[in-house]
Amino acid sequence: MTGESSTSRVSKSVDRPGAEDLSSAPGAGRLRAAASLGAASVRAAASWPVRQATTSFVLPAVLLLFFLSIFPLLVSAYLSLTRFQFVPGGFALRWVGLANYRKLLVGIEQSHFLGVPKPPTIVGWLLFGLAASVLLAFVVRGITSASGRRGVVGRTVFAVVAGAGIWLAVRTLTPGGFPGTLLITLIYVVVGITVQYWLGLWLAFLCAQEVAGRRFFRVVFLLPMMITPVGIAYTFRILMDLGKGPFAPVWRALGLAEVSWANYAWGARLVVMLGDIWQWTPFMFVVLLAALESLPAELSEAAMVDGAGRWQSFWRISWPQLIPVTSTLVLIRMIEAFKIIDMPNVLTNGGPGTATESLTLHAFMSWRTLDIGGSAAVAYMLLFVVTFAALSYTNLAHRRLAEAA
Amino acid sequence: MKQRCSVLLVLILLVLPLMAATPAASQAKQFDGVTVNVLTFTGPQIAEPLQRRGPDFGKLTGAKINVITVPFSDLYQKILTDLATGTNSYQAFVFDPQWMADFTTPGYLEELTNRVKADKALQWADIGAFFRNFSATYGGKIYTVPLDGDFQMVYYRSDLLQQAGLKPPQTWADYMRIAQTFNKKDLNGDGTPDFGSCIAKKRNAQSYWMIWSVAAGYLQAKGTREGSFFDSDTMKPLTDNEAFAEALRVYVQTGQYGPPDELNWDVGDSRSGFVTGRCALSLDWGDIGTLAIDPKTSKVQNKVGAVILPGSPRILDRKTGKLVSCTVQRCPYATGGVNHAPFAAYGGWSGAINKAAPSKVKDAAYAFLSYMSQPAQSNVDVTIGITGFNPYRVSQFKNLSLWLKAGMSQAAAKNYLGAISASLTSPNMVLDLRIPQNQRYQQIVLDTAIAKLLAKETNIGQAMKEIADGWEAITNELGRDAQLRAYRESLGILTK
Repeated sequence: MTGESSTSRVSKSVDRPGAEDLSSAPGAGRLRAAASLGAASVRAAASWPVRQATTSFVLPAVLLLFFLSIFPLLVSAYLSLTRFQFVPGGFALRWVGLANYRKLLVGIEQSHFLGVPKPPTIVGWLLFGLAASVLLAFVVRGITSASGRRGVVGRTVFAVVAGAGIWLAVRTLTPGGFPGTLLITLIYVVVGITVQYWLGLWLAFLCAQEVAGRRFFRVVFLLPMMITPVGIAYTFRILMDLGKGPFAPVWRALGLAEVSWANYAWGARLVVMLGDIWQWTPFMFVVLLAALESLPAELSEAAMVDGAGRWQSFWRISWPQLIPVTSTLVLIRMIEAFKIIDMPNVLTNGGPGTATESLTLHAFMSWRTLDIGGSAAVAYMLLFVVTFAALSYTNLAHRRLAEAA
Repeated sequence: MKQRCSVLLVLILLVLPLMAATPAASQAKQFDGVTVNVLTFTGPQIAEPLQRRGPDFGKLTGAKINVITVPFSDLYQKILTDLATGTNSYQAFVFDPQWMADFTTPGYLEELTNRVKADKALQWADIGAFFRNFSATYGGKIYTVPLDGDFQMVYYRSDLLQQAGLKPPQTWADYMRIAQTFNKKDLNGDGTPDFGSCIAKKRNAQSYWMIWSVAAGYLQAKGTREGSFFDSDTMKPLTDNEAFAEALRVYVQTGQYGPPDELNWDVGDSRSGFVTGRCALSLDWGDIGTLAIDPKTSKVQNKVGAVILPGSPRILDRKTGKLVSCTVQRCPYATGGVNHAPFAAYGGWSGAINKAAPSKVKDAAYAFLSYMSQPAQSNVDVTIGITGFNPYRVSQFKNLSLWLKAGMSQAAAKNYLGAISASLTSPNMVLDLRIPQNQRYQQIVLDTAIAKLLAKETNIGQAMKEIADGWEAITNELGRDAQLRAYRESLGILTK
């Protein structure tokens, strides 16, 4: 065997995962032993450093991931099944099984986590009926189409969970009912991302035009993203203080001195969402601006030549090209948005009542009183929700949008 | 020449260390090179006097005092996490003595009994008996040095009440009448309508103490040992009955005469509101009394009166859960048929030492806490509003000159100290909850239920059930017998 053939053999085994294992498989070993046992040993010894190189390069990253992500995840899973208690000499973690989860789903924390349900109104029934029909059609379409068994199972699971979520929303948002931290978080995510995306897109579109002062506005629009989130929350707290804040005279002039958003669940939620939108729109803006500016001008110019207006050019030519970016942007933002805590914590402490409390704040408040098991259980429920939402989004929307684009 | 120089050099080398050593030896201080990290809450209250006096203490003893602050709601877990994980970043804490059960059970705190006994400068006997026995002591051993005295009282605008011919409130019904009288009137001459009552009702702040100040007079009548949180025989919560329902009704009703965004007010807001003349009444610890004399911020100097917490002519019948009229038997400590139950909310900020700290550092930490509490420092600090320290020494109640020097009129000083003394000496004083994981009972269950009620998420019946169910669940989780024993011990009831 020449040196060249030896090299090519090594490179092949590296290129093809698992190929190096064939060389050490019992059958292959016996054949080679029959031909030349000594030569094989030499070759194996020579290729050993190369074979180990893959592991050596990957191992640090794997270890880092294990210690920073997997290990805490496993520990927190264990914590969610225990109760923290002080005992002489320190503390003890007592195994309680699923008690912390039971407390959230059917126990004393149920109204806090899931909310207070009431019988739906006629409108509620209609909305739920509509949503259930859409979900049913979605499952039936999966069965009739050639999406495979896995696809049908995925669609069914999504439909059941989404249906349960909609049923919870219909029952807790009905008069007399009250949403829990789970639904409040979902409201923050859905409303926040929707507004942030369209506002960010609009600002990006404006700043992509050849208008005077656009560089100045680009920097100004980015400012909220550079401020620490707690700083933003405190700024909003001052701004929204309608008794002493800068808008107090306007509020009084409008005859609303006796009215405060802090007393109303939806008023407080609106203020929290406003702060969140102000904080995160720049993220959408900066990514969409970069995407808009990287679009080839030829297509738009050709459309203009064909008589398309600016509006048509944007909707028919530019926006479809932004869909892959949009899809990724929404996915990233969605995962982040589920973790909202600073705004409600600083602005309202989760109040009035529990009206503005997100899941992360719920977990944080339990942790503050060292109810570590309860806190970990809330955090795990959040993890399940985020994972389900991200997986569903990836499978049902992200991939299709990317493929369509 | 060369030889002379050598001799001179040798002499210099010999003398130099002596020169250096002699003054240093005379300046050597007890805690030179010792650093003490003291953890407390983000001020300015409490942190301010520690930060101000830390360098003074350093000059005297050589110790370096680092005051580290965290938000109040994080303080409990911050200290316990540091101790439980063995990080031991902090050697001393200025915290809530209510939490002591969670600190002493695992043995995280240094016992101070012997140090206190040997410390004459501390003048231990001068500290009020309640603060010595309740705030500083757990299981018969001393663990903390009191730095503050805490009782909740009602503050009123003495000038307004005098003009209107009204007396300070004796009952919660009186409180409502006064609040209604002054609500929506301009109380500070700025041309805008002000408020009849300002109470901190923000969630996760101080609301859960405020509601208990209202409820105390309805729940406890037969003296401190009766307790107001649980039945001391069964550990059943006293929060699902007609008396607590009435307290909740009163608490919610005060909102009618409060600022529109009262649900977002903590004590910082209510204190600021009162001293700037925007409120006719307020419910607070001793802080308003001293903040009101600060000429920089106060618009109500010498216009402030304080009174023991209003009481109730009706009291809980624990057998039936009904609200019944006071009689001599039912309310043995009632005044004029009104049962007052002053609430020692919180118990007063106190200093404690990490048992795991090196012994020299523990010595320095104790010396600092003692220094802060000694009359020379404490008698000044309790008269300054921003310190957050309220009177807790006998001498501070007797020596009026301290208060006159701080800017209070004689009448205001007598009134202010009188209200605290009346609370402190009341045989029906209500002790704050001091059992394992009391934070979960109060800061989570009680606070959340009250916040939901104020926000109209729930009604009074639902709120009472939520508190009772939540407390029962925690008691069952942690062990009813153990919790009952701790509760009885906190009330001074012996358990067989």
